[in-house]
Amino acid sequence: MSTGFVTGVRGGVVATFDAAEVSILRSLVTQVLDLVEPGTTGEDPLERALGIGSAEAPSDPVLARLFPSAYEDDEQATEFRRYTEATLRDAKRADAQTMLDTAQPGRLELNDDQAQAWLRSLNDIRLALGVRLGVTEEIHEEIANMSQEDPRYPAYVTYDWLTYLQDTLVRALW
Amino acid sequence: MGSTAPVEVERPAADVRPDLPWLTIVWNDPVNLMSYVTYVFQTVFGYPRAKAEKLMMDVHHKGRAVVASGTREEMERDVQILHSYGLWATVQRDST
Repeated sequence: MSTGFVTGVRGGVVATFDAAEVSILRSLVTQVLDLVEPGTTGEDPLERALGIGSAEAPSDPVLARLFPSAYEDDEQATEFRRYTEATLRDAKRADAQTMLDTAQPGRLELNDDQAQAWLRSLNDIRLALGVRLGVTEEIHEEIANMSQEDPRYPAYVTYDWLTYLQDTLVRALW
Repeated sequence: MGSTAPVEVERPAADVRPDLPWLTIVWNDPVNLMSYVTYVFQTVFGYPRAKAEKLMMDVHHKGRAVVASGTREEMERDVQILHSYGLWATVQRDST
């Protein structure tokens, strides 16, 4: 199993993954790309140029977590979302695409920009999985006490592995 | 570049300025790692590690923390960047 990321000798970060691990990462990041559709903007050319898009809060709980309301007040939250969500969607998609394009079995070297994209995208994947699994702060205890026969076990182990990977990436970048 | 080009205004040193009326709040959630949240505070705000760690611990233990204050536009920009990192952040007017 991958021992995670370390700081690269020539800058950036380095990790080694086997084919199965890359397959899991690619599958998960593809799911994020499928879920986070490109930012849609109105027909109005000026609105499109300014990236002004949809104002409605997402109903899907994962999307609601990836694109949280910036204000408690609904009217202010709607206005903020209208001016920012399309840009944020495109940024998350670009990060996910970078991860998809660079993930490969064997030795993986990422430059600083690619490492930042992986960092944010791994976090988006963990947020998505975390919402779907209903993860709490007691996740480690839950996994320790979970039977391997439990149907949730593989997903929890995957989540735990992503957590480990992300933590090594943070420490490699520090 | 023409003389009418907009000037990128440097933000003052990112110390919390209590005289200004808008705040960026980060809320606790069970997914974001303590190491990651600390790293994001250092990266986004340029805070030294000790200050970033203290804010992260405030979020973790108190459920939320004020991580920056300034004009509304500054706070909205901060929140947008924090959302790009997957942190749960909101803007609010300082009511104190």
